[in-house]
Amino acid sequence: MLTIDNLHANAGDKAILKGISLTVNAGEVHAIMGPNGSGKSTLAQVIAGHPGFEVTKGSITYVGQDLLEMDPEVRAQQGVFLAFQYPVEIPGVTNAYFLRSAYNELRKAHGKEEMDPMEFLDLMEQKLKVVDMDPAMLQRSVNAGFSGGEKKRNEILQMAVLEPKLAILDETDSGLDIDALRVVAGGVNALKRPDNATIVVTHYQRLLNHIVPDFVHVLAGGKIVKSGGKELALELEAKGYDWLVGTA
Amino acid sequence: MSSSIETLVNKEYQYGFVTDVDSDTLPPGLNEDVVRLISSKKNEPEWLLEWRLKAYKRWLTMTEPHWPNVKYAPINYQGARYYSAPKSVKPLQSLDEVDPELLSTYKKLGISLTEQKMLSGVAVDAIFDSVSVGTTMKEELSKHGVVFCSFSEAVHNHPELIQQYLGSVVPYSDNFFAALNSAVFSDGSFCYIPKGVRCPLELSTYFRINAAETGQFERTLIVADEGAHVSYLEGCTAPKRSTNQLHAAVVELVALDRSTIKYSTVQNWYAGDKEGVGGIYNFVTKRGKAHADAKISWTQVETGSAITWKYPSVILLGDNSVGEFYSVAVVNNKQQADTGTKMIHIGKNTKSTIISKGISAGEGQNSYRGRVQILPKAEGARNYTQCDSMLIGNTCGAHTFPYIEVANNSSTTEHEASTSKIGEDQIFYCKARGLSAEHAISLIVSGFCREVFKELPMEFALEAQQLLGITLEGSVG
Repeated sequence: MLTIDNLHANAGDKAILKGISLTVNAGEVHAIMGPNGSGKSTLAQVIAGHPGFEVTKGSITYVGQDLLEMDPEVRAQQGVFLAFQYPVEIPGVTNAYFLRSAYNELRKAHGKEEMDPMEFLDLMEQKLKVVDMDPAMLQRSVNAGFSGGEKKRNEILQMAVLEPKLAILDETDSGLDIDALRVVAGGVNALKRPDNATIVVTHYQRLLNHIVPDFVHVLAGGKIVKSGGKELALELEAKGYDWLVGTA
Repeated sequence: MSSSIETLVNKEYQYGFVTDVDSDTLPPGLNEDVVRLISSKKNEPEWLLEWRLKAYKRWLTMTEPHWPNVKYAPINYQGARYYSAPKSVKPLQSLDEVDPELLSTYKKLGISLTEQKMLSGVAVDAIFDSVSVGTTMKEELSKHGVVFCSFSEAVHNHPELIQQYLGSVVPYSDNFFAALNSAVFSDGSFCYIPKGVRCPLELSTYFRINAAETGQFERTLIVADEGAHVSYLEGCTAPKRSTNQLHAAVVELVALDRSTIKYSTVQNWYAGDKEGVGGIYNFVTKRGKAHADAKISWTQVETGSAITWKYPSVILLGDNSVGEFYSVAVVNNKQQADTGTKMIHIGKNTKSTIISKGISAGEGQNSYRGRVQILPKAEGARNYTQCDSMLIGNTCGAHTFPYIEVANNSSTTEHEASTSKIGEDQIFYCKARGLSAEHAISLIVSGFCREVFKELPMEFALEAQQLLGITLEGSVG
């Protein structure tokens, strides 16, 4: 589904990603771990198409297409979803309206009719259950005044509505208490299907107790320094990152 | 801002077509004879001619105001034309008699004077250049005793009301542009809602400037008698011209005891091109007088005009009267706006609310100018002002000039202000959910303006939102 080959990316003049290669197949869950500043979030943002980063070398192929040639909105319409580490507030725009706009863009991109507000509300009723969210949240402005946990839950709600092929969760666990973590992880698991894939970017092993990865990659100094199975996460939990960072 | 905020191709002004009709147009220039000629072309009674002449004489002694925060080349008042009427307009019995060219103009503007509008319950008095060409739903309105007609008709059919109220809120001597308007106004709308009547329809007027170099000087007078209620919509567009055109209108609202007037404007006059060539100079005086327990509410969405100079105000004369001002003003490219309101509290326990949203993009300059004046006898008066500015890009400007004068110690005023910038992060967030940059901007901006949009009647709110999108298109990439 996703093939990243020798990816280099800069923020301004600063090189952040220095040769990442990674293959993700349908049905797989990959965890990207690593110390602060290793480039985890940058990788997530580059896949989503953030304009603040410049790809200087390498390629990303997504379902047979050159992902780097696509505008961010096209990537989204083609099923790439980034759950933001810091979800952005949009005052005055209701969550319901925002979600419906996004959902309809997706439908339009696939040649389907837009869904009217009433139908959409029915759909939302189902989706809210995935993240155990109060319907009142739909009438609040997008992320404005949401608690940290509410914001993250809202990201997963968006994911539930948009049903991406490739979901990237950027430190979705940060700032969550254990109950919220369980709800969010439960939501992600409920959305898992054989034909989609998930990349979980995280600092800590604890999320991986709930979302069990097939592969774990350690990112340090802009490179993947080690890959392994889910047991690698436990090893990192016990030994920290230092023993790997030296190899970067 | 960063790389993604660049200029896309600017969308052309979509109302910029010219209608080819024979016009009865005066040569450029202004003098006493022109004033007399306008008056005689309209068969006006002597008292109105006298009033015009007094206004003209006063205007000669006045100077154009230069305190607004806008810059423009000197206006040559002798270079403008002061009267232009489509020739075909003589007394019309029905829409069938209206020049088909005119009707197709309205169609392009998205207004139909016929069935559709009637079905949607809007009566339209359309002003084409200076003469009213068709009024619908008149019969339905007259059943309730509501008078809604062109100003010229009202002068002939309801002279006593015109004489009583004309200039009662905005005297001809009020300011330079009001004096000019009073001397040369060519038409406009008049509306009277009798005692205790709730107007069964939303009344709507579309203004349009068509002839080249024609200034438009319309006058609107709305009188809500005791306990009456009316909602009035005004929409404005003009064709593209490379020269600047002057629009100096006057709107007077009279809200008698316990009445309510809600006045909504969507202004989309031609704004000039990207280099600032052409566009309307929109110098407008709008004011209402609220008697005891009455309420006047102004809502405006200003997206057009090269220069906007406009302060819809309320004189809170009667005890417990209420004044409201909800405004969205958008400037892009080289547009300049100096707009706001005045709330003058005279009666006891009067209350005013000001919500102003200014959006600046391109090299646009947007100024909010407001005056809240609480006079000594206005005990217990209250004002709440909220003034928010949004900037798109690095080359625009937002300015705020609030004046607050309080002359008693039992009143309360509150003023809140904020300035924000459309963030790269907000746009990326929307894009990452599949929305285009333009969709994202229009979403973010509509969110910013929500408090104002919710005051607009439904169909106007949609139009306003679309206009906002069109105005800002190309401001962000």
